[in-house]
Amino acid sequence: MSDNGSNGTGFIGASLKRKEDARFLTGRGRYTDDINLPGQLYAHLLRSTVAHASLGSVDTSAAKAAPGVHAVFTGADMEHVGGVPTGWLIHSKDGSPMVEPKHPAMAVGKVRHVGEIVAIVVAETRDQAREAAALIDVDYQDLPAVASLEAARADGAPKVWDEADGNLCYDWEVGDRAAAEAAIDGAAHVVSIDVVNQRLVPNAIEPRAAIGNFDPTTDEYTLYTTSQNPHLIRLLLGAFVLGLPEHKLRIVAPDVGGGFGSKIPHYAEEAILTWTAGQLCRPVKWTSDRSEAFVSDTQGRDHLSTATLGLDQDGRFVGLKVSTKANLGAYLSTFATCVPTYLYGILFAGPYTTPAIYVEVEGVFTNTVPVDALRGAGRPEATYLLERLVDKAAAATGIDRVDIRRRNFIREFPYQTPVALQYDQGDYDATLDLALSAADWDGFEARRSEAGSRGKLRGIGISTFIEACGIAPSAVVGSLGARAGLYEVGSVRVHPTGSVSVFTGTHSHGQGHETTFAQIVAETLGVDFEAVDVVHGDTNAIPFGMGTYGSRSLAVGGTAIYNAVQKVIAKGRKIAAHLLEASEEDIEFADGNFTVAGTDRSKSIGEVALTAYVPHNYPEGLEPGLEETAFYDPLNFTFPAGTHIAEVEVDPETGVVELVSVTGADDVGRIINPMIVNGQLHGGLAHGIGQALLEHCEYDAEGQLVTGSYMNYTMPRAGDLPNFNINHNTTHCTHNPLGVKGVGEVGSIGVPPAVINAVVDALSPLGVTHIEMPATSERVWQAIQAAQAQD
Amino acid sequence: MPAVTMKVNGVSRSAEVEGRTLLVDFLREKLALTGTHVGCDTSQCGACVVHVNGQSVKSCTCLAVDADGAEVTTIEGLANGADLHPMQEAFREHHGLQCGFCTPGMVMSAIDLVNNNPDPGEADVRQWLDGNFCRCTGYHNIVKSVLAGASAMGGGS
Repeated sequence: MSDNGSNGTGFIGASLKRKEDARFLTGRGRYTDDINLPGQLYAHLLRSTVAHASLGSVDTSAAKAAPGVHAVFTGADMEHVGGVPTGWLIHSKDGSPMVEPKHPAMAVGKVRHVGEIVAIVVAETRDQAREAAALIDVDYQDLPAVASLEAARADGAPKVWDEADGNLCYDWEVGDRAAAEAAIDGAAHVVSIDVVNQRLVPNAIEPRAAIGNFDPTTDEYTLYTTSQNPHLIRLLLGAFVLGLPEHKLRIVAPDVGGGFGSKIPHYAEEAILTWTAGQLCRPVKWTSDRSEAFVSDTQGRDHLSTATLGLDQDGRFVGLKVSTKANLGAYLSTFATCVPTYLYGILFAGPYTTPAIYVEVEGVFTNTVPVDALRGAGRPEATYLLERLVDKAAAATGIDRVDIRRRNFIREFPYQTPVALQYDQGDYDATLDLALSAADWDGFEARRSEAGSRGKLRGIGISTFIEACGIAPSAVVGSLGARAGLYEVGSVRVHPTGSVSVFTGTHSHGQGHETTFAQIVAETLGVDFEAVDVVHGDTNAIPFGMGTYGSRSLAVGGTAIYNAVQKVIAKGRKIAAHLLEASEEDIEFADGNFTVAGTDRSKSIGEVALTAYVPHNYPEGLEPGLEETAFYDPLNFTFPAGTHIAEVEVDPETGVVELVSVTGADDVGRIINPMIVNGQLHGGLAHGIGQALLEHCEYDAEGQLVTGSYMNYTMPRAGDLPNFNINHNTTHCTHNPLGVKGVGEVGSIGVPPAVINAVVDALSPLGVTHIEMPATSERVWQAIQAAQAQD
Repeated sequence: MPAVTMKVNGVSRSAEVEGRTLLVDFLREKLALTGTHVGCDTSQCGACVVHVNGQSVKSCTCLAVDADGAEVTTIEGLANGADLHPMQEAFREHHGLQCGFCTPGMVMSAIDLVNNNPDPGEADVRQWLDGNFCRCTGYHNIVKSVLAGASAMGGGS
């Protein structure tokens, strides 16, 4: 056996075609809205049209009398159930717990954002439910709203929650304030930056949907839902909201059409549909339309930050201080409170040796849609701020942008940062060198000149970054306020004739787990790839799990599967030793065969499996069967890292930015399936480029969403993006047996500052030193005009 | 309610629909052809693209009654048994899909591109797919797939 568990059968590291593709390509995918249950009714959710109001009467009489309507329920009907919980308790600087208001499934007393659920209408058809909902008369008594961080934190601002003074949920910090301030005070150079990390809408192309069902003969509830983590939904919905025990609540997350973080949270809709199905003893389906998704799917990012970096005379970073306001929206979604704290503040060492770092974050309530994880979740916000600041530092000190990064790289591992993390392994020079070469960094000035001859301003930008993935060690996150463990579960069932079912608590919604996990099992167990099927997404089929987010599925879930395989092999060794009349210690396992060392006497895994299920000749005291489960709690985060380089051309007449090229050199750990890994990198890059150049979720001062459809929220289209130049330099994670790190979020973390640094570089001859995301043509044109007006 | 009859994937299908019933709802709800998806309500995302009389149409923007008498092809009608259409095969070969939700519309749209332009270049593909959103792939492998699919369908390159 080679290192990291390979039997050398060649499945690990091969770009095998995906098992899941046949069904998706032929229209046989089974997404939630594709499922229809016998006797199913349809729900429409009436949502608040105002951002902040006291709820007067909600008159549902006309709706109840409308054709086809079976029931109408409002917040008053569900008031007795628990609130929708949040998963992470944050403490403020003074040790006090965050303000944590109850989040009722349907509005009670007040509405606090446009899109909040006021009532559910259940009818024979979708159209009947929608039309009846229009007959509900809601008396909204308007209250002043706060729709932005500035408005919410202004003196005398209206309060989203009576108990949250200044609309503060928490005032959190990490690092050593005194040390960072002293280092900055004594620094040879000091640079500061203010940045906006704008709000984004995740926009998975499959809208959310849910079907609640209740079987009165067994008292069992089933919820089909578009979730990245069905067991987590069962835990939160069952234990906290509806008070249902796990054995009476089944959550099925079938094929899910993208998540990007927006399908992590436990949503009020899931509780409402499950509860309503119980009230009616009928299946009830709800499918969001896109306009509804814009005001009800959790949104991402939305920070205002200011940061100061001190450098010594040689350009080495000596101290960093960051102050951030993070918009949490009106209610605390599942991961809302940890994204801008423990997935953000702890990233500020980046790949650099900055010895003193201090980060403070105000979590702020506003009358907007709740904010939660979005691809990268906290780490893009940190990386963007840091990499913009490093470029500013290079400009201020006159040190080359590449050189200043290289001067500050961490080169000794393990490395303990001043903000809690300990990096296990990395080689930041290698990815930097690879990216510079792949992007022909040295040839750029010639390209700039050539573009100039065409009247274009060409710029190049770089970002060197690290991310913390594979979340997360339970004891660590528990000490930081997490209310759940973040281990993962894998089960491997070898059937009597040798085929294998693998059960994972992670969920695949585009990542290709059915293929990647099958490759791991085929290789480590020495069976055929086609003989392995991966099962996910059903709490009745899978022992347990925490789901898919934070680039954890392979590093945590894949390791659980790997460990379960090792248990299968250990048991198989006992069976083989018995059959071969050898001692267990003399049995070697490779390529699917148990062999007596130094002989040609062996038994295949298939023969061992058959014996395990037909145990006529069997070791005394050993249980029949060949099925093992492993819970894997990671020892540390994993730390993918890399360098991204973007090159742009700006038309100074129009401000239009053309993204000419994007180059990535990434260290994502050991690669199981290069085709899938590159696909994940492409997708993350597109998401990051979308943030840098196109996407912006905007509310007006009254809390109305201005960008509420694809007509006015700019999604990246094929024509907006170039082909991507992807390169790899791999170091193995040291603390999981596969050596894997994670890849799903890399692009969205690394590339936004590279793109903006490129735009600023292009505009720098005009005197432009900063531009906010997204760098739309309007914004770029205005920056050019402002710079020229100053001349 | 009006009755409509259309040939869907080569088979004549009839049903009563409301006048307002969209073609996509007719396909999904009446015919249980759930491969055609709905991703938006402003006719932008393209997850619902099918062929009506050989041309790509966003079936969320077409009434079922307007397709009365038409020949409709959906993603379910492309493969010949286990043999995938060359465009489907190209998407599989080049990892042109991840979550699969936009995929049926992408494939149907791509085939119509090749029907109109048998030898498209990369820029042609990117422009043609303006009305098909994908959030997973960054389009890189979709473009690669469409170019390969065009070639396999008998195009010039």
